[in-house]
Amino acid sequence: MHNKIDYIEPIISLKGVWAGYDEDLILEDVNFDMYPGDYIGLIGPNGGGKTTLIRVILGLIKPMRGKVSVFGRSAQAGRRFIGYVPQVPSEDKDFPASVWDVVRMGRLESRLFKHNGNTEDDAIIEEKLRWVGLWDLRKKAVGELSGGQRQRVHIARALATEPAILLLDEPTASVDIEASGNIYELLRQLNDKVSILLISHDMTAISAYVKTIGCVNRRLIYNREKEVTADMLAQGYECPIDLIAHGVPHRVLPVHHHGD
Amino acid sequence: MGEFISTMLGYGFMRNAFLAGIMVSIVCGVIGTLVVLNKIVFLSGGIAHAAYGGVGLAFYLGIDPVIGAISFSLISSLIMGLVQRKTRQRADTLIGVLWAVGMALGVIFINLSPGYKPDLMSYLFGSILAVSKLDIWLMFGVAILVLILVTVFYKWFLAISFDETFARIRNIPVDLIYMLMITLIGLTVVVAMRVVGLIMIIALLTIPPAIANLFSKSMWKIMLIAAFLSILFTTTGLILSYTLNLTSGATIILLAGAVYIITFIVQSIWRKLRATT
Repeated sequence: MHNKIDYIEPIISLKGVWAGYDEDLILEDVNFDMYPGDYIGLIGPNGGGKTTLIRVILGLIKPMRGKVSVFGRSAQAGRRFIGYVPQVPSEDKDFPASVWDVVRMGRLESRLFKHNGNTEDDAIIEEKLRWVGLWDLRKKAVGELSGGQRQRVHIARALATEPAILLLDEPTASVDIEASGNIYELLRQLNDKVSILLISHDMTAISAYVKTIGCVNRRLIYNREKEVTADMLAQGYECPIDLIAHGVPHRVLPVHHHGD
Repeated sequence: MGEFISTMLGYGFMRNAFLAGIMVSIVCGVIGTLVVLNKIVFLSGGIAHAAYGGVGLAFYLGIDPVIGAISFSLISSLIMGLVQRKTRQRADTLIGVLWAVGMALGVIFINLSPGYKPDLMSYLFGSILAVSKLDIWLMFGVAILVLILVTVFYKWFLAISFDETFARIRNIPVDLIYMLMITLIGLTVVVAMRVVGLIMIIALLTIPPAIANLFSKSMWKIMLIAAFLSILFTTTGLILSYTLNLTSGATIILLAGAVYIITFIVQSIWRKLRATT
């Protein structure tokens, strides 16, 4: 009945979503579809609703209006397919946990005890640590790592949940330029295995690596395009201004056709 | 020395005091580590002080103060836990209010109680030399309960302490685990009350894990080291207070505080030296 070849369901779908806290409206009429294999970068200024968007997708806050679905389910039921990589907080510097301990948290589930025990988990944890290149540092305390390495620990933890989607909040906020390039390169490689949605205010970096780009500032503009479109600029949102101020890499702006 | 110890342990109350110190140390080492890692020191202070209301109420009603303290401590833990979770901005203000109101209730209840008022200072400043058989059994029960629950839920306690949002997305019952932790703090307060008193509990909860955190980067090791340090502080403090004729609770806390400050200074100097060479 369902022809799967010409009809692919979105893995994340937001329809007419309005969201905020109490009286404070932060997201307005957001429509967004993400499909398998996507590598989407959403850019937007601080305070533009990036974090709220993530919280809505993860079912941590209920939208005031509209519908959120993740793999055709409610956000709360679908979020187990999402590997979430939070903005790495500087507070976890003193936290007493090794790299292994943190990645192991990715194997936690709502049941406390599992039938097939720890050996399977250990194999998964080892694989993800190798993917992100931290296997040799597995016994180190997270506090002893650099910002880029800690970001990789969080990516490995998200991967340990064996997700279909990787959702990243400001993946390079506490990372220097070289390390941030490495992280985007790692994500590009991981995109063969998982769909990726990342949200950042730093568009110059993400634009070089993502497949498609969008813009969130109260409203969300996303047309499955590689470039920041005139549409986004025309809306007069802050993010294009942010973009211009940061120096625009040519790959992001639409190609200018002479003689048009 | 051997003779001194055997004389000391010849007294039944001294044997009880050492036993109480050891059991409370184990509880405080484990629960204190959770308190420090979850940054709920203020909340724990609030629970401890509000428990005084229960002591006062028990005197007024003529029942065992420990029963009053347990019920007040558990109720105030649940209220403060909910306040901490549900109100974003005003949580610390509300906890401060409950902290003071609990104590004030205790004082008023004691004012209203007729007749002779026994030594209430012991609840505020501890009276490890006066622990009863019942107290010992209560401490033993709480210690066993804490050890079992923390062992069973260890992974979840670690997960919510490190990154609560991530734990929530993994559909771990975060709120339930949090309230379990707060309840265990409430029970810890009641048993530690006899050893160092309600006012100084906060020190026994935070100092040993803080020292342990300087040496170890694993939660269960910190719990273990903290419990061990706490045993060291309570027993040594007890011996010191016995020989110097000082208040035991305060002696224990001063000893712990001194060790913490010294360790902290030595460690920072050592770190600087290592950084320069």
